[in-house]
Amino acid sequence: MVVLVIMLLTGFFLTMNYKPSTEDAFNSVEYIMRSVENGWLIRYMHSTGASFFFIVIYLHMFRAMLYGSYKKPRELIWVLGMLLYFCLMAEAFFGYLLPWGNMSYWAGQVIVNLFGYIPFIGESLTEWIRGDYFISDITLNRFFAFHVIFLPLSIIGLVAAHILALHHVGSNNPDGVEIKEHLDENDKPIDGVAFHPFHTSKDLVGITVFLIFYFAAVFFAPEMGGYFLEVDNFEPADPLKTPEHIVPSWYFTPYYAILRAVPNAALGALFLVLAVLLFVFLPWLDKCEVKSIRYRGWQYKFALALFSISFVALGYLGLQPATGIYVALARFFTITYFAFFLLMPFYTKLEKTKTVPERVVYEKKES
Amino acid sequence: MKKLLLICLAFVFIPGMVNAAGSMNLDEYIEGMDVKTSDAKSLQRGARNFFNYCSGCHTLQYMRYNQIADDLGITEDQLMKNLIFTESAPQNLVKNNMLKEDGDRWFGKAPPDLTLVTRRKSSEYVYGFLNSFYEDSSSPTGVNNHVQDASSMPNVLWDIQERFSDEQYSQFLNDTVGFLVYAGEPIIEKRKSMGVWVIGFLLIFLVLSYALYKDIWREVK
Repeated sequence: MVVLVIMLLTGFFLTMNYKPSTEDAFNSVEYIMRSVENGWLIRYMHSTGASFFFIVIYLHMFRAMLYGSYKKPRELIWVLGMLLYFCLMAEAFFGYLLPWGNMSYWAGQVIVNLFGYIPFIGESLTEWIRGDYFISDITLNRFFAFHVIFLPLSIIGLVAAHILALHHVGSNNPDGVEIKEHLDENDKPIDGVAFHPFHTSKDLVGITVFLIFYFAAVFFAPEMGGYFLEVDNFEPADPLKTPEHIVPSWYFTPYYAILRAVPNAALGALFLVLAVLLFVFLPWLDKCEVKSIRYRGWQYKFALALFSISFVALGYLGLQPATGIYVALARFFTITYFAFFLLMPFYTKLEKTKTVPERVVYEKKES
Repeated sequence: MKKLLLICLAFVFIPGMVNAAGSMNLDEYIEGMDVKTSDAKSLQRGARNFFNYCSGCHTLQYMRYNQIADDLGITEDQLMKNLIFTESAPQNLVKNNMLKEDGDRWFGKAPPDLTLVTRRKSSEYVYGFLNSFYEDSSSPTGVNNHVQDASSMPNVLWDIQERFSDEQYSQFLNDTVGFLVYAGEPIIEKRKSMGVWVIGFLLIFLVLSYALYKDIWREVK
């Protein structure tokens, strides 16, 4: 939420000085970096914020998978959350083209061309998306419109729906206990605490920790060794000059590795889409009654660990050139990635779970 | 919570460590490299070097003369007399009088703009490039370069390379590269000094908010 507000505010100020045209886009970004008062700070907050948005989203998803927060009765929250994730990916992709650096251009080219693999309509679909036969001024303008109007509005709407859906069933907890089943005489859950002041004060600590990492990056490593701002984007887009390795931003590289791991390009694109979509079906793939990892059997623990390793490894491999050992490893991890989802109905049925307590258990000391 | 923090840390720092910049072997040409963008004197000398030796062919098309003067503590008088060799006014962008077509014809490829060169190619690259020209009679310029093979740039620094001692030359390069790093990101020093204050404030705020959290949660058990 905090990142969303940061992104909306900094984005708002950036649009005041940014010019969405192939002639001026790159120059106007450099103008913001140099001549606009504190423009550099606003831009670094926005560019670093994009990466941190994905860091917190991935952590948020991982936590939901640890504690089974996607399960009944919270399927709707999970599905809305996944829609949010898709919107966020689109938002990041559209925004990535705007600085009109050379990597913006070529990564945009690669991703738009993915739609070309759709049978029959692919070719005309890519032209429709670009509004031209190649990525051009027209494409840049419409991507700008998507980035500043359509997707932010969709994201705000979905966030509202995500939170409303959450209010209906209440938050999950690390024990996976439905606290609304035990109410006191005032119909308040015995094991729950009020959001304010308890969670507001707790979140204040969390937000401060987040801000420390975030501003450390903004002020001391805004390029993050070429992962938050790529070196190729320090030269303007040049359709005649392909970068040595075209690599999407780090938060897309797990999927990019999957795309390249499949020998057939069209099939690769299909696997990429599946890899993203499968998350949505998690609530129905998981047949285990128990939510939290604390009380689940070794099967899910093992599968989730393997999946996390696969995801991070694929992310790393997506950044490497697609040659030799890297491809072999990417294939291996692609299989484990899909196995996590597709075998889930089977291994979760076999799980021997521990008994879930009726009420939330308190440990002696908070660890 | 602690586990999440650790994972968060890993996400932030592992990519940075994995990063291996550049594939060419720069190391042997950057031995004397010690670029200091915090040293105003060094940046001033770098500006002098740039305008005397580079600006005839290379531009800094995103920089303005008077911004350089302001940032480096150069007076407008000094700027006009010592750094602006064209008819340009101080508020203009740093361009020169070479037409792109001429540049293409004379060198095969017009000399590139250098505003972002250290960010695009790294400061090590620029230092190594200026430090690794060698004679090669087969090349049209009479020289070739270890860092950038078949570069179309002649060795414009040959005369000072001959006059200067090794230390003086590496000082010359450090100043010049420092100036280019500054030109790539004029707020580089401001950013770091502001960062110290922001992080300092947040650390104090963290202590306070943690104390508040502990106090409020004391009754929950």
